[in-house]
Amino acid sequence: MDKLLYIAMSGAKETMLAQTANNHNLANASTTGFRADLSAFQSRAVAGPGFASRVYATDATTGWDATNGAQVSTGNDLDLAIQGDGFLAVQGTDGREAYTRAGNLHVDPNGQLLTGTGDPVLGDGGPISVPPYTSLTVAADGTISIVPLGQSAATTATVGRIKLVNPDKSLVERGTDGLFRLSTGADAEPDANVRVASGALESSNVNTADAMVNMIELARHFDLQVKAMHTAEEDANSATQLLRMG
Amino acid sequence: MNPALWAAKTGLDAQQTRMTVTANNLANVNTNGFKKGRAVFEDLLYQNVKQPGGNTSQDTLAPSGLTLGTGVKVVATERTYTEGSLLQTGNSLDLAVQGRGFFQILLPDGTLGYTRDGAFQMSPQGQLVTSSGYVVQPGISIPQGAQNVTIGQDGVVSVQQAGQSAPTQVGTLQLVDFINPAGLQPRGENILTETAASGPAQTGTPGLNGLGTLSSGALESSNVNVVEELVNMIETQRAYEMNSKAISTTDQMLQYVNNNL
Repeated sequence: MDKLLYIAMSGAKETMLAQTANNHNLANASTTGFRADLSAFQSRAVAGPGFASRVYATDATTGWDATNGAQVSTGNDLDLAIQGDGFLAVQGTDGREAYTRAGNLHVDPNGQLLTGTGDPVLGDGGPISVPPYTSLTVAADGTISIVPLGQSAATTATVGRIKLVNPDKSLVERGTDGLFRLSTGADAEPDANVRVASGALESSNVNTADAMVNMIELARHFDLQVKAMHTAEEDANSATQLLRMG
Repeated sequence: MNPALWAAKTGLDAQQTRMTVTANNLANVNTNGFKKGRAVFEDLLYQNVKQPGGNTSQDTLAPSGLTLGTGVKVVATERTYTEGSLLQTGNSLDLAVQGRGFFQILLPDGTLGYTRDGAFQMSPQGQLVTSSGYVVQPGISIPQGAQNVTIGQDGVVSVQQAGQSAPTQVGTLQLVDFINPAGLQPRGENILTETAASGPAQTGTPGLNGLGTLSSGALESSNVNVVEELVNMIETQRAYEMNSKAISTTDQMLQYVNNNL
């Protein structure tokens, strides 16, 4: 059997996988702090006898889009948007330090500061807990100060500083839980230059126009592969017919 | 079935939920003490199709793998407890809380509910009740023949009785607060109930320990911002359309296979 069929088949299969990644981005077009997945095709040559035409395409995740999303004002004190580059440090379910840009925080009944998905937010010295308060302010450098419950507005207390990091982006990779971690396995150093704005959230950075065009392109690319499979079938048919005549 | 279809389907589901939340906010734009909700989205788990760092030969590693996301889900509908604007009504039984705190309401099943809606009325027995007829806690009874009722900033309820020069105190209203009010569970009729996420209720006198003060003759309006909700609606609709486009495109790809092979 001619390998053309297999090459076209693998092309179609990988295009469908790329379409999945693209659909995932589109589905997350309004997820707070979401970073679009980038994927690209890579060629994989299969060495063998004969003419070197057996080059298969494979789809690979090449990273995530580091452009920043739009800032959406919410007016909620515990909604944080990171200005420019950087991440909030949280504790992932595996216990390791992980990073996120989704700053929709809340305080649970035990006073622990959690992200919208329930991961504890880390301060410079471990998870941050917030005592009962009347009002809460998050400064641009991540310092949380409160007016404790039962105190006058003149009494403020600092409860901690959210760990903000800005590691080299090439070292940051996304885990299967959607949180980012350093590929080296180490924890990132706090960066004093990262700034947050309280009362705002960062929207998803998925460029929907891009994603739609990408979707059309992938669909046409897929059609081409199927067309090639169709041609392979016709070739085989012709060959069969020729042999029958002879 | 095809993962591309399912990823787009989760997008449709999530946008549908967001639309429900937006519609509910818009419907309650005139509800006293209503707090707007918002849908919190989270990306679903990622699947490792090809492991990054796998060996491509004895001495070389693949620098990147293939990790495919499986879509999006709504993790929570969170309430935003910003204060609504105060409307002057002139009715002395209308109360607004300025600051933190909720009124306590005795529900028909004997448990306590909490509300920010202070549009109170009088029952035939002279008790202070909500518009649904539930008794406000601690119970306040207005004696028959009271000329007028005054409710102070600190919750002290006093009445002026016919033929008496000095007003009589008939009770004190209290407010409750929660560590995490966003964790309260709404149960309709403007009433919220305590959950494990909200923490236990802490009762106190209005104006003390960080609780807000009462303002008689005013009501707190809904904190829904109509313009914001309309923008949300547009964004939701467009995102919904794009996800349905993604489904139809994936469908066409599969259809093309069926027709051509």
